Amino acid sequence: MMTGELLSMVGVEKAFGGVPALSGASLSIQSAEIMGLIGQNGAGKSTMIKILNGAHARDHGSITFGGQVWTAGSPQAAQRAGVSTIFQELNLIPFRSVTENIYLGREVTRFAGLLNWPAMNEGARMLLKRFDVTIDVTRPLGEFSTAIQQMVAIARAVSFEARLVIMDEPTSSLDDAEVAVLLRTVRQLKSEGVSVLFVTHKIDELGQICDRVTVMRDGETVAVLPAQGTDKLQLVATMLGRDLADVRRSGATAFTKATAIGDGLLEVANVAIGTRVSDASLAIRKGEIVGLAGLLGSGRTETARAVFAADPAVRGAIRFDGTTTAFKSPQQAIAAGMGFCSEDRKVEGIIPDMSVADNLALALMPALKRSGLLDEAAQRKVVERYITSIGIKCTGPNQKIRELSGGNQQKVLLARWLAMNPKLLILDEPTRGIDVGAKAEIQGLIRAAANNGLGVLMISSELEEIVEGADRVFVLRDGRTVQELAPAEISEAAVMNAMALGTSAVAKHAGLAE
Amino acid sequence: MTNLRPMIMRYGALVALTLLILFNLAVTPNFATMQTLSVNLTQVCTIVIVGVGMTLVIATGGIDLSVGALMAIAGALSPMIFMGTLVPIAPLWLAITLGIVLPILVAGMFGMFNGWLITRFSIQPIVATLVLFIAGRGLAQVSTNGNLQVFKVPEFQAIALGRVLGVPFQVWIMLALVLVVAFILKRTVFGKQVLAVGGNERAARLAGVPVTRIKLIVYGICGLCSGVAGLIVIAMNSAADANLIGQGMELDAIAAVAVGGTLLTGGRATIIGTLLGALIIQLVRYTLLANGVPDPVALIAKASLIILAVWLQQREQT
Amino acid sequence: MRDPATVLRRMILSPTFAVALVLVLLTTFAMLRYDGFASAYNISSVLRYISMFALVALGMCFVIMTGGIDLSVGTVAAASSVVSAILSPYGLVAGLAGGLGFGLLAGLLNALIITRLKILPFIATLATMLAASGTALLLADNQTVSVSYDTAFTTLGQGDMFTAIRPEWVDGDDAGALGRVLGFILGFPIPAFIALAAYIAGAVVLSHTAFGRHVLAVGGGEDASRLMGLPVTRTIFSVYLISGACAGMAGVILASQFGAGQPIEGVGWELFAIASVVVGGTLLTGGKGSIWGTLAGAMLLGVIFTILNFENGMGWISLSAYWQSVVRGTFLFIVVVLQSRLAKPAPG
Repeated sequence: MMTGELLSMVGVEKAFGGVPALSGASLSIQSAEIMGLIGQNGAGKSTMIKILNGAHARDHGSITFGGQVWTAGSPQAAQRAGVSTIFQELNLIPFRSVTENIYLGREVTRFAGLLNWPAMNEGARMLLKRFDVTIDVTRPLGEFSTAIQQMVAIARAVSFEARLVIMDEPTSSLDDAEVAVLLRTVRQLKSEGVSVLFVTHKIDELGQICDRVTVMRDGETVAVLPAQGTDKLQLVATMLGRDLADVRRSGATAFTKATAIGDGLLEVANVAIGTRVSDASLAIRKGEIVGLAGLLGSGRTETARAVFAADPAVRGAIRFDGTTTAFKSPQQAIAAGMGFCSEDRKVEGIIPDMSVADNLALALMPALKRSGLLDEAAQRKVVERYITSIGIKCTGPNQKIRELSGGNQQKVLLARWLAMNPKLLILDEPTRGIDVGAKAEIQGLIRAAANNGLGVLMISSELEEIVEGADRVFVLRDGRTVQELAPAEISEAAVMNAMALGTSAVAKHAGLAE
Repeated sequence: MTNLRPMIMRYGALVALTLLILFNLAVTPNFATMQTLSVNLTQVCTIVIVGVGMTLVIATGGIDLSVGALMAIAGALSPMIFMGTLVPIAPLWLAITLGIVLPILVAGMFGMFNGWLITRFSIQPIVATLVLFIAGRGLAQVSTNGNLQVFKVPEFQAIALGRVLGVPFQVWIMLALVLVVAFILKRTVFGKQVLAVGGNERAARLAGVPVTRIKLIVYGICGLCSGVAGLIVIAMNSAADANLIGQGMELDAIAAVAVGGTLLTGGRATIIGTLLGALIIQLVRYTLLANGVPDPVALIAKASLIILAVWLQQREQT
Repeated sequence: MRDPATVLRRMILSPTFAVALVLVLLTTFAMLRYDGFASAYNISSVLRYISMFALVALGMCFVIMTGGIDLSVGTVAAASSVVSAILSPYGLVAGLAGGLGFGLLAGLLNALIITRLKILPFIATLATMLAASGTALLLADNQTVSVSYDTAFTTLGQGDMFTAIRPEWVDGDDAGALGRVLGFILGFPIPAFIALAAYIAGAVVLSHTAFGRHVLAVGGGEDASRLMGLPVTRTIFSVYLISGACAGMAGVILASQFGAGQPIEGVGWELFAIASVVVGGTLLTGGKGSIWGTLAGAMLLGVIFTILNFENGMGWISLSAYWQSVVRGTFLFIVVVLQSRLAKPAPG
């Protein structure tokens, strides 16, 4: 059914405040083609989408859509011109009815501008029927499952007579049955001649649904591969920028590992959390850095948050420091000796308006209390010690943390926990968005702390960080622990293999590896 | 320029107040008198006292509309205790002590009730405190049946009318409260945690800050402050009228907080600023009145002042 | 999928139904308990009085549905009453236009501060509240302004709809039930009629125009609405104009009904209006609301007030009129707690 090229993006460049997000990205989609788009965080996928849907303007490069130069200056304009985007956080309005969510912005009216409800309800019903969805379209959207909401978003896109639908991680919060329905819908779109740009992190889906796959890395398009017949490992290697042969050849790495690994510290057994995690297990010993690997959306963050009691676990057991825990709040987890650095520094880490000193000592403050007063001399001592020992670059302890660079903010947050002298530190993407120099320093800090007996759970999307930094690795895939790698088994190839292909429903039971 | 802006931000209220005073010294007749000072300070006293509690609440990102109603509750309850309407209490000193302590505690408990509604049911502060805004004054009115309680108990009224070093005692109460709470906000763990909750509630929770408890305490303190203000009002008037005590106080207090430079979305607060804010609003009004401008115009000036202050603050944020 | 049972269940579970039910029960209770509660005179005077609050609540409802708030309605109504009282010697139309015009002007000010200066609605309307109060006192010179009785202005607040065609026999002792009902309908107070018309218009606009749907969409998700290409700023702008107009109309009725422009009236009206809206089942965070629920909420709060008055008059128990705010507050408490339970988005 391919009738020629629908979209062509060539040599697209885009920088934000001097920092390049895209440098020579390209994308070509045929009519009625389902194109997969993969890449790590920061590879430039979302910038690509936003340029295509008019949210950002490109700095350089040419884009043609349907044979004409693409000039959409806003998502609405893009929509009118035939490109609809369905974001991961669906941009719909849960309180309003299904019909409204499809028709908002181009309501059908009759005399005197009054709405023609019967026509709109019927239209919505017909639209959804095309995708085998029969629901009461007058009910609020929020009453339906995420999958149905996705369908409604797709129906809205289609009703704008979209020729290209961009789907940003559409399956990330769906269960297996719902994914099947969604994929069927995508095929339905294809059969109607609509093209789809399918952004995903789930390697399996590419083969199931896509015709071709575009791989991006560091703001560039690095490969366009046929979805069928491409080795999954090859895809992951391309995405991470590793030479496949290299990966296959290299065995265990020879990096300095932990000096003194002690007794068991944390055991997570068969934990289920929300819709993302169905069966996660892992274990950490004192003085050990455990890497938690997996593609985006595999449930790493959710698992870590459940350990820290930031979100509740539905099922499974967590043992910490010899006792089964049922923490109700992070406060209790902290009291028991845990610390947690969120992957989102801005939203869940720093208190932007507060000083470096106060941010650093925030968790420690209750311990610095002397008859209610904050012992500022003690605080100052702690803060200054960390500022020098881990090299936080700031004008002084009183500088506001929001004025610091990302790397220095992260150091402050690390120090926030190190100052607590915890038993377990959970680090979610500790070096994301941090320049190379600071990155190495932070990695060194983590190792030094572990050598002092601290147990570390480190989540990272960067393969080197996991392979070089971790003493043991657990790999999650689609919400399950699929592999545990002992020190001798850790290699980029092994981790990638498990991330891409790991299927063992129940991994070796956590903690029993010795 | 980049160095100037935070300076203006930080000392804006102080500069504005200084300019106002200088202007008055030059223009307004009989400005530099003890009389003028006394009048102006007495006028802002209760606003500042309530404003202190309000500043803490706003620092956590909340708001409290019920302060005026809580003032009425404390103000209505107090005479019932020290005049022995409820239970006759023999020694006067005991009656007066109870008549001061109990109403303040009751107001504090109602404040905690606000906090409970907000944390337990995740109700927006503006709605949660609306409940007591409406019902609270009603409770005060019901308990007195709407009657005016007139009294003449100099020992009690000393809290407002007594003078120390020529300055009304209520002004001392105000200054003490401002200093103590400013100190708490700056120097205690609790104060830091209040700002952390308002600055980034999610991050604060993940850093082990007891968010729920902080909010409960903050609304409780706001209630206590309202209680104190309620007592001062009745002591000044020698009468408790549940219909009038603290009427419109929520707006005056919020206005003082806003003009003083506290961030209305939380995370940055200044108690001294609230004092300055209240003084500025009062002095603008005084300046206008003393120079023959009618009172209603002062209201309009106050409105413009609030918008101007918040607008400047917002420009600073970006 | 849409069997009558579920439809019925949903209706019964809806907040509008609940508040309407309480209203009916309470009214029935009052009719049985108090002589004269069901009299045409009482009902029409209650309606006449409530109509002002109902109007203000209607405007507030639109604002709240976008996720905003308008604290200025009370003093804007007061100022409007002054303006219309001053203009009343020039006739009904002048008084009406003056009051409405002032309300619109205040609404415009709110809308501009909120959409242009991007200041929180809470603070913006707080300032307008003060400014309107000041303007009212200035215009009225700190006292109530008498309304001219030479023109037809007072009919707006004091008149009945169909006095001209109302037969006399319906007021007789032997009029019977039918006669009383007919008498009531033909004697429907004009302010209540205005409020009712405004509510019908409001309900039609909300449910049957694109603008109405945009109001709810903006409240349900401002960013999503923007991405959907809805005119978000224009919608927010408009609701404050509507609220201003409603407050202005309430002010006109206030002046006309009590024969005076009252610069210090209106204190606490905004909170009465907010309470009505919330009791009526509109979410304060926006996105979900009911016009008729708001009317029922306003009437419920009004009926509670009337009942307490009657209870007082009967002298059975010494219930002071002050209980009304306690009861209102308790009502609000129950409603917001229930709402916090219901407002949680349905599980996916």
